Amino acid sequence: MKYALLLMGRTQDPDCGEDGGADPEEFMAFDKEISEAGIVVGGFALEGPDLGVRVSGSGGESLVTSGPFAESNEFVGGSYVIDVADIDEAIAWAKKSPAAKAGHIEIRPVADY
Amino acid sequence: MDPDPDAAARVLSAIGEEDYGRLLAALVTRFRDFDLAEEALHDAVLRAVETWSGRGVPERPQAWLMATAKNRAIDLIRSDEARTRHLARLRIEDELRPGDHDDHAERLGEEMDAADLPDERLGLFFTCSHPTLREDERIVLILRFLSGLTTAEVAAGFLIETATMQQRIVRAKQRILKTGIPFGRPAPDELGNRLPGVVRVLYLIFTQGINATAGPEHTRVDLQHEAIRLTRLLVGYLPEQTEARGLLALLLLTRARETARVTPDGRPVPLAEQDRSLWDSRLIAEGTGLVDVAAGEPGAGAFTIQAAIAALHADAARFADTDWKQILVLYRMLSGLDPSPVVALNTAIALGQVSGPEAAMSALDELAHDPQLLRYRPFHIARAITLDELGRTAEAEDAYAAGLECPGNDAESEYITARITDLRR
Repeated sequence: MKYALLLMGRTQDPDCGEDGGADPEEFMAFDKEISEAGIVVGGFALEGPDLGVRVSGSGGESLVTSGPFAESNEFVGGSYVIDVADIDEAIAWAKKSPAAKAGHIEIRPVADY
Repeated sequence: MDPDPDAAARVLSAIGEEDYGRLLAALVTRFRDFDLAEEALHDAVLRAVETWSGRGVPERPQAWLMATAKNRAIDLIRSDEARTRHLARLRIEDELRPGDHDDHAERLGEEMDAADLPDERLGLFFTCSHPTLREDERIVLILRFLSGLTTAEVAAGFLIETATMQQRIVRAKQRILKTGIPFGRPAPDELGNRLPGVVRVLYLIFTQGINATAGPEHTRVDLQHEAIRLTRLLVGYLPEQTEARGLLALLLLTRARETARVTPDGRPVPLAEQDRSLWDSRLIAEGTGLVDVAAGEPGAGAFTIQAAIAALHADAARFADTDWKQILVLYRMLSGLDPSPVVALNTAIALGQVSGPEAAMSALDELAHDPQLLRYRPFHIARAITLDELGRTAEAEDAYAAGLECPGNDAESEYITARITDLRR
């Protein structure tokens, strides 16, 4: 089964590396561990939500706006897509990630189309 | 072809309810698909009706059904692309050998002896009560696949429409499939972490049976019976787990009072007024025996403590003989271990029995802002009884009236109304 581990952060929390924020070393160590386990099949790390650009609206009138977006305080900071036997294994990896302490991790099964 | 219902019944009686549950659990675990397992077993029973009526019941009907259902499942997978991918992941097809289906089934059946019919029901307990499932889903999955109740029976137990229950089961099965919830028993180091979740589901099934939150009857015996049966099964698999035995003791000791806790016309009888000669001494003996052992073990938790409290009640020949001091000690242990508003309420009631109604009243007043208790009938009844003992009759009547506003069944409502009438005399 493939799962996306969505590493969620909150805009009001200190950034990674800042005082009180998550320790980048921990993220690097986790990245090394999960990569060496040979289960990672995809993923990405994102710049902060302040650099996000939104495109919304339908028809001819689409609206382009730039972050930060005041109305949402949670954002996806990055993701791993992993291929493991079952949800229990995915949960075990999520628990190991420093992102679970810094913010939270949402696990989503990848749809099998 | 529609089977002759009598013939189908004979097939099922040849294997028995227990074996049917084992077959289903084995197929579900093997193919990791509830729908496929049910369909395959259903078809195998139909085939048995045809075949056995001619050739007679085979020597090992369970093995015959298992082999036939397994082959049927594989056929079903082959005719469905999505399921073929699923099968490829499971890598079980290579166990098949060439040959006519029936011959193959027979041969496999001959090769399997009773010991080969794997008992996967313990693993199914854990799958059905996986923490990623919603609580209502866990309850219905356990009843549907480990108790073997039909969807209509489960729906009746919860007083909801069969169609609604059907949707809930479909949703729960989808969640297991799409979330990738594992089948089979967890690893030994994980089993201890997950067991409280399983035990809790069984407890919830029992309480649904004992205290129907809506509808006309105060008790619904079938769900209690099922909860006890399932807990016995669990204890059989995991005899070393203290809390599983603690729960079994609690259920038996509670069940022992069943006849006394309602009048023949269905009205609830409070503990103080129950005819204790109606308590089931056999269940009490078994429950007390389990508690005596479990309570001394390091694994004793909330269910074992509750069972110990129930055992103290059972031990008192009359209400006046109850060892409330010990019960208060146990409720305080329970408050430390597993605090909840309901435990706090019971602690206040026990305190009242030890130290008098003033002490109970001040403890109850401290709880009077808890939103859960304000919606909980026993809280208002406890207040009413305590206020009445203190001579504050008008307030007692108000407390009963507040209880009537809370959710509950009709028999309880009648009981409360009768108490209000008593107060006015």
